Amino acid sequence: MSSRDKILETIAANQPELVALPTIDLDTVIRYDDNYTQFKTILESIGGKVELIQNLSIVDDQINIEKANGQLIINMINETDKQIVSLTSFELEKLEKVYIKGSLGVAENGAVWVYESQMHNRLLPFICQHLILVIEKKDIVATLHHAYEKIDVTKEGFGIFIAGPSKTADIEQSLVIGAHGARSTTVYVVG
Amino acid sequence: MMETTHSKLAEKFIADEPRTDWHDETLWLVREKRDKAAHGLPEWEQLREWGSQIKNHSLSNFSVYLKEFEEKATANGIQIHWAANAEEHNQIIHKIIEKHKIQKIVKSKSMLTEECHLNEYLEKKGVEVVDTDLGERIVQFRKEPPSHIVLPAIHLKKQDVSETFHQHLNTEKGNNDPQYLTEAARQHLRNKFIESDLSITGVNFAIAETGGFVICTNEGNADMGSHTAAVHIACMGFEKIIPKAAHLAVFLRLLARSATGQPITTYSSHFQKPRKGQEIHIVIVDNGRSRQLGREDFRNSLKCIRCAACFNTCPVYRRSGGHSYHTSTAGPIGSILNPNLDMKANADLPFASTLCGSCTNVCPVKINIHEQLWKWRQEIVKQGYVDTSKKISMKGMAFLFSHPLLYRFTGKMARWIMCTFPFMVNNKLNVWYKQREMPKAPKESFTDWYKNNKKNTK
Repeated sequence: MSSRDKILETIAANQPELVALPTIDLDTVIRYDDNYTQFKTILESIGGKVELIQNLSIVDDQINIEKANGQLIINMINETDKQIVSLTSFELEKLEKVYIKGSLGVAENGAVWVYESQMHNRLLPFICQHLILVIEKKDIVATLHHAYEKIDVTKEGFGIFIAGPSKTADIEQSLVIGAHGARSTTVYVVG
Repeated sequence: MMETTHSKLAEKFIADEPRTDWHDETLWLVREKRDKAAHGLPEWEQLREWGSQIKNHSLSNFSVYLKEFEEKATANGIQIHWAANAEEHNQIIHKIIEKHKIQKIVKSKSMLTEECHLNEYLEKKGVEVVDTDLGERIVQFRKEPPSHIVLPAIHLKKQDVSETFHQHLNTEKGNNDPQYLTEAARQHLRNKFIESDLSITGVNFAIAETGGFVICTNEGNADMGSHTAAVHIACMGFEKIIPKAAHLAVFLRLLARSATGQPITTYSSHFQKPRKGQEIHIVIVDNGRSRQLGREDFRNSLKCIRCAACFNTCPVYRRSGGHSYHTSTAGPIGSILNPNLDMKANADLPFASTLCGSCTNVCPVKINIHEQLWKWRQEIVKQGYVDTSKKISMKGMAFLFSHPLLYRFTGKMARWIMCTFPFMVNNKLNVWYKQREMPKAPKESFTDWYKNNKKNTK
């Protein structure tokens, strides 16, 4: 018998009698008066930056200035720089900033959901030195329960919740921002 | 009997008193952060209950969910492998490495690969694996195992890391700044990531309904490796299966808050399909888990989501360090998982506890850890795996407690000896005198005091 069949057979023989799944009643989970304020407070407490903007023109101007300064910047907000995401990991290592549009924000933990199609290359949000995410204010939900109601994890090959910059406290529990991934994460909230 | 029992190893750890105190206090701080995060959610206890019930349900339906997961994942283009034990797990991975003639391998944190001793196995075959979690890289340089499942290098001080990095990464001697040291590791490991051919990772949650899996990190190392390398192998114990994607909300809310007090880990990556040109393999491992599932008293241990809250709160773990547990998963949860893997070799572990129950109180999926520790003790004694001195003293105690007259006489003698000749108990022959002062013996027993007191109040 293959290991697969042997394992599954033993599990079937040893597992206890079927018990029911709980009903998850969303009326019992936390709500916030203002999801945006909660989102900002939490994300800033874990090392992220949040800015409320009226429209994307500020971001566009910023990108133009940065590009003019010769920095390696990838703008994925309107798929502007779609052609350069085929760069190798060696080339992408020089990447200074990436601008990506996220699907939604989560007030309770400061996380932003990003689909693979929004980053085009799975490596982008990690390998860049600085990550800039853009979400709509109306797309900030209270908790992860609400977030999973809105997203579909099977829709694409990859998706991720990103909450703040890469960090570690592995040396004597001292918090250091910028472990392997982005050294900073800024979220522009449009609305 | 055993050469490396918890108590013997703990003795080495506590020889350095300031360091022991630091370890104790630091982990307690992490426990306090957990409390703060938990108290921030009014529904915290409800969440724990949901987490527990979802896991209970999964336990009762693993055989169905595993098949469903296999079917869905395969349809998504992921290759599934099954390993009955550690040896088979290691062989499967080695075969993939050989097939692709892979040289450069990066690995993010996976307690399962520690349990299977994958690195040692591959090293013997001439294959080098670079651990990429900062804490794991530090202990890998030092040829030590991790001492904590979430904070692998928590037994070390920054000067130790500085010395290790000076030797291996040529950092400035004596520069103990964590920022500087982390930056050096970042540069070193980024080079490893961008040239990697294979990424090995663990799995936090595998979802039956979708065939996808989730990996949580703060550093981003699992992603840096997996999105670069052409081959990604994710290793999971079969108990990582949960029924639905919506259940991820419950577990992701519980995991980081319980582990470090964060509201969520920086990255919660959902892998559904390989990217273009990439291969994803999942190795589903049994290694004794199906046996544990059959032990009614101990099957709940398979609910564990590896947050390590039980480590941080445990008064014994905090004061004895992870290496004293001589296994890949230390702490209270390790002490109920490891006797299943090897009862004889790990017979000492369920005794490395005060049974205070703090572990059970903080467990996000409500595993009755301290009760299982107590039950393992009985099982281990029944199987004859306790050493002779413990057996004799337990038998003696049992005899004493069942003979009241003798008990009262012995108590009287002991009090008299402790008052009159204290050196007879305050000496090296008495193991209870080690690291502590013996208490002053009262003049009368509680029974005598009660009798006298009752007389006085009448």
